Amino acid sequence: MDTLFGITGKDFVITAYDSKAVASITLMKIGEDKSRELNSHALMLFSGEPGDGVHFSEYVERNIKLYGIRNGIELSPRAVASFARRELADSLRSRKPYSVNLLIAGFDVKTNKPALYWLDHLASLADVPFAAHGYGAYYCLSLLDRYHREDITEEEGIKLLDKCIKELRSRMILNMPDFVAKIVNKDGIRLVQLGGN
Amino acid sequence: MAGSYDRALTVFSPDGHLFQVDYAVEAVRKGSCVVGVRGSDVVVLGVEKKSVMKLQDERTVKKICMLDDHVCLAFAGLSADARVLVNKARIECQSHRLTVEDAVSIEYITRYIAGVQQKYTQSGGVRPFGISTLIIGFDSDKVPKLYQTDPSGVYSAWKANAIGRSSKTVREFLEKNYKEEMDRAESIKLAIRSLLEVVQTGAKNIEIAIMGTDSVIQRLELAEIEKVVAEIEAENEKEKEKSKPSTSQ
Repeated sequence: MDTLFGITGKDFVITAYDSKAVASITLMKIGEDKSRELNSHALMLFSGEPGDGVHFSEYVERNIKLYGIRNGIELSPRAVASFARRELADSLRSRKPYSVNLLIAGFDVKTNKPALYWLDHLASLADVPFAAHGYGAYYCLSLLDRYHREDITEEEGIKLLDKCIKELRSRMILNMPDFVAKIVNKDGIRLVQLGGN
Repeated sequence: MAGSYDRALTVFSPDGHLFQVDYAVEAVRKGSCVVGVRGSDVVVLGVEKKSVMKLQDERTVKKICMLDDHVCLAFAGLSADARVLVNKARIECQSHRLTVEDAVSIEYITRYIAGVQQKYTQSGGVRPFGISTLIIGFDSDKVPKLYQTDPSGVYSAWKANAIGRSSKTVREFLEKNYKEEMDRAESIKLAIRSLLEVVQTGAKNIEIAIMGTDSVIQRLELAEIEKVVAEIEAENEKEKEKSKPSTSQ
C-alpha cells in the first residue's frame, strides 16, 4: 500500500514516501521513516512487507558504511544499487526472501550527476529518470511522464511531486496523509517541505 | 629441554611465561613508536613514520586507521597482523550499530579488540597478534578517551601513553611533562615533543592525527608539524640559554 516517488533533476534527485505505518486495513501510525541514508550521497526508500524493508535497508546501510571506512572512499550510487540488487537477488533464492521494493537515489560526486535506481522485490534493477512504487505508481507515472524534463529545477521537482500527491488524494480511495520528501544533491541529503496540499 | 617450550604454540613455560606472547611483545618493541595524548577536549595520536624508500609511495603505508566515524586506532608492531585485527574491529563497529542502533563506545571496541587478541593466545594452531594498539575517540559523553591493548589481551585506559620502540623513554617523558586540562595546541605539542625524544629525523618522520569533540579526525600536514617542531626547538634553545651561567658578568 505504500507509495514511493523519485524524480531526477539537473543536479539532484528528489524522493518522497508516505509516512504511514499500516497493519492489514488499519492505519497504525503516521510518521514512519521509510528511508535510510546509505552513505553521504545515497538514499534508500523502501516499501513492502513491514519489517523486511527496515531489516534489509539497514543491512545494506551497514555494509555500505563498512566499505567506506575500509577503503576511505564511498561507493558510487551505481555501485550501491548493484550491491543492493545482488543482496536482494540472493535473498530471493533463499528459503525466506525479503519482500521489498526499493528506490535508490544518489548523487555521484565523481561525475557530478544525479542517479535514481528502481529495484523491485524480484530484484530487477533499472536506471530511471523518474520512478514510483506502489499503487501510487498507477496514478502518477503518466503525470511524471508528461511533466518530467531532464533539466528540471528543485522548485519544479517539488511542484511535480505536489501534483502527484494531489492526484493521489483526489483519485485513490485510500487516505493519503503527509508525504516526507528528501533531496539528494552534491551537498548530501536533506529533508524538504512539500508545498501545497 | 628448555628449547622445546618455545617451539609449541602458547603453552606455559615452567616459570609461568607464555613464550609466544613474550615474543609478540618483543615484536611490538621493535615496531615504530606511537604516542597518544588526552587533552581537555581533544585526543592526539602521533606515530613515528618509517622513512619510506625513494621509489615507494608513502601514502600507501598506513599506521593510523579509522575503525568507525568516531574511533581511531594506531598500532606498533607487525603491520600485516594489524590489518587483520583492524578488519575484525571495523566489522564489529558496524555490526554493533546494526544490532543496537548505537555506535560502539571506545571502551567496548577496545574490549572487543583485546578479546580477539586474548583468543589468539589460547587457541590451537594460531599465534598471537604481534601488535599493541592505542585507540582514541569520543563517546556520546564528549569526554576524550585513550586506551591501549597488548598482544596478551590486556587493555587499559590512559591520560597519555606510548607503545613501540623506546616507548619507555617516551612514557617517562610524558609522565614528567603531562599536565591536566591541556588544550588542543598544548596536546599536539606534547605529542610531537615526546616523539622527538626518539625520532631523530624530525618533522618529516612524524604523523599526527587529532580528534576533537566533533569526533572528526584531522591529520596534520607536514608544514604544520614543522611549525610546531620549530616552536619546540626555539623553546629548548631558550631553556638552554637560561640554564647556562652568564659569562659576561
